Amino acid sequence: MLLVTCPYCGARPEIEFHCGGEAHIARPETPSALSDADWAAYLFERSNPKGVHAERWRHLHGCGRWFNALRNTVSDTFLASYRMGEPRPDVSAPSDTSKAGAR
Amino acid sequence: MRRFSLTSLLSEAMNAHQGWPRQWRKPDPKPAYDAVIIGGGSHGLGAAYYLAKQHGLTNIAVLEKGWIGGGNSGRNTTIIRSNYLYDESAALYEHAVKLWEGLSEELNYNVMFSQRGVLMLAHNVHDVQSFKRHVYANRLNGIDNEWLTPEEAKAFCPPLNISPDIRYPVMGAALQRRGGTARHDAVVWGYARGADAMGVDIIENCEVTAIHRGPDGAVTGVDTTRGSIKTKKIGVSASGHTSMVMGLAGVRMPLESFPLQALVSEPVKPCFPCVLMSNAVHAYISQSDKGELVIGAGTDQYVSYSQQGGLHITTHTLDAICELFPQFTRMKMMRSWGGIVDVTPDRSPIIGKTPVKGLYVNCGWGTGGFKASPGSANVFAHTIARDEPHPINAPFTLDRFRTGRLIDEAAAAAVAH
Ligand SMILES: Cc1cc2nc3c(=O)[nH]c(=O)nc-3n(C[C@H](O)[C@H](O)[C@H](O)COP(=O)(O)OP(=O)(O)OC[C@H]3O[C@@H](n4cnc5c(N)ncnc54)[C@H](O)[C@@H]3O)c2cc1C
Ligand SMILES: [Zn+2]
Repeated sequence: MLLVTCPYCGARPEIEFHCGGEAHIARPETPSALSDADWAAYLFERSNPKGVHAERWRHLHGCGRWFNALRNTVSDTFLASYRMGEPRPDVSAPSDTSKAGAR
Repeated sequence: MRRFSLTSLLSEAMNAHQGWPRQWRKPDPKPAYDAVIIGGGSHGLGAAYYLAKQHGLTNIAVLEKGWIGGGNSGRNTTIIRSNYLYDESAALYEHAVKLWEGLSEELNYNVMFSQRGVLMLAHNVHDVQSFKRHVYANRLNGIDNEWLTPEEAKAFCPPLNISPDIRYPVMGAALQRRGGTARHDAVVWGYARGADAMGVDIIENCEVTAIHRGPDGAVTGVDTTRGSIKTKKIGVSASGHTSMVMGLAGVRMPLESFPLQALVSEPVKPCFPCVLMSNAVHAYISQSDKGELVIGAGTDQYVSYSQQGGLHITTHTLDAICELFPQFTRMKMMRSWGGIVDVTPDRSPIIGKTPVKGLYVNCGWGTGGFKASPGSANVFAHTIARDEPHPINAPFTLDRFRTGRLIDEAAAAAVAH
């Protein structure tokens, strides 16, 4: 089980959380203006990387809030947790949550 | 290739089994092939076998980054069935079950296909309605599936606890008698041996690191950890790693990869006669010929390539197993492991052409592609050889996510192996 760091509550066990999939996928402003291919890309295509993944989490059985996190999908180590609306952190810079979330 | 027969087995028995040759060669990669398959699982090796056997393409290679069968083909719980809801899926999985029925003879290799019956338990009104709908839909498609009362389910699977006071009582079950299990390694080895005998090169420890394309966009070859190979046709059959491999050709996929776990118990005398699945309480169980209970668990909720899942996922499944089969509560679990499964938004596979000329993909089998191995490999080979899909895989295009013609087995069955 992962140890997930909620930016509001701190480190908590994974079963308190719901993972919401890839982060930073903005809903198109005017879907009707999109081609079918662009709409399909928005709905279905995912980067699914073997490496650093930006993903959404919700502290479902806690504060209830959504936030984003960066995690290495090979080691499952979390590199950062950050609030919705904040830009994706540069993970080459060490962050105070970099040690959180070892399995 | 030395064929297995009564006489060859008898003579080797007298000879302390010293005379068996290598089952397939270990060739070095050639500089060019007519086609290469990326991924040496049951789907990739099967495709190579049918390309050689049915389409006369023998100057081909299977490139495997580790050892053949080391991916999900060697990690799954081997449940085989074809009782899927939609016509498209029913046709695809039934094509596979029909091939399974003759596979040991076809390959001259005992794949231990055992049609012991797959029982799917219903625990609530929604399950009952949905499974009955499956039974009727399957029958219209000529696929066997029948509805059993709890008492009939217990008669078929005596260890089952049908007491009404358990947390999720059994309200009935759907039974596909032609479903069952097979030996996963044997399928991989049987296809490898058969393909090799027809001249296919099976190259292990050979990871594909780049896909090259010409000025017209068509593929021209691959780079691997064992050198460059020229080819005009590439079939990708890389399961959990498909997004990365397709990324080498610049194609983004509607896939996410999750860890899926399984575990086996200590071996015991025969005590479990069939395959039993319960999607609602997350229990998948059968007994192998070695005597181990083979138990499938669920996927983790996050994308990962770690090949290990969370302990709470397996615990959840064991809770369900203990409730349904109180006799197993003191059984020891010996090993658990994970595989990385590639999941599509509609939980149906993608088998077909891609936007890149000469590049074909067979992926998205998620938690349930072992059962499809012979059928999927067979239609994938057809697609690669003819540059057009077989009627059976024609609906399973990558393009369906653009057109909206999804084959939504996800809605039909929340989880399924
Ligand atoms: C725990 C578990 C239980 C399951 N239970 C069932 C079940 O009961 N019934 C069922 O029907 N299905 C089940 N499945 C699903 C099933 O295992 C898969 O759908 C099926 O095995 C996929 O076969 P494959 O040949 O496509 O993939 P794999 O066997 O995974 O083969 C893909 C191969 O591609 C190779 N590869 C990847 N990238 C590269 C590269 N760049 N270069 C070269 N090679 C590469 C990999 O090393 C791998 O060997 C289960 C899966 C798991 C993990
Ligand atoms: Zn919180």
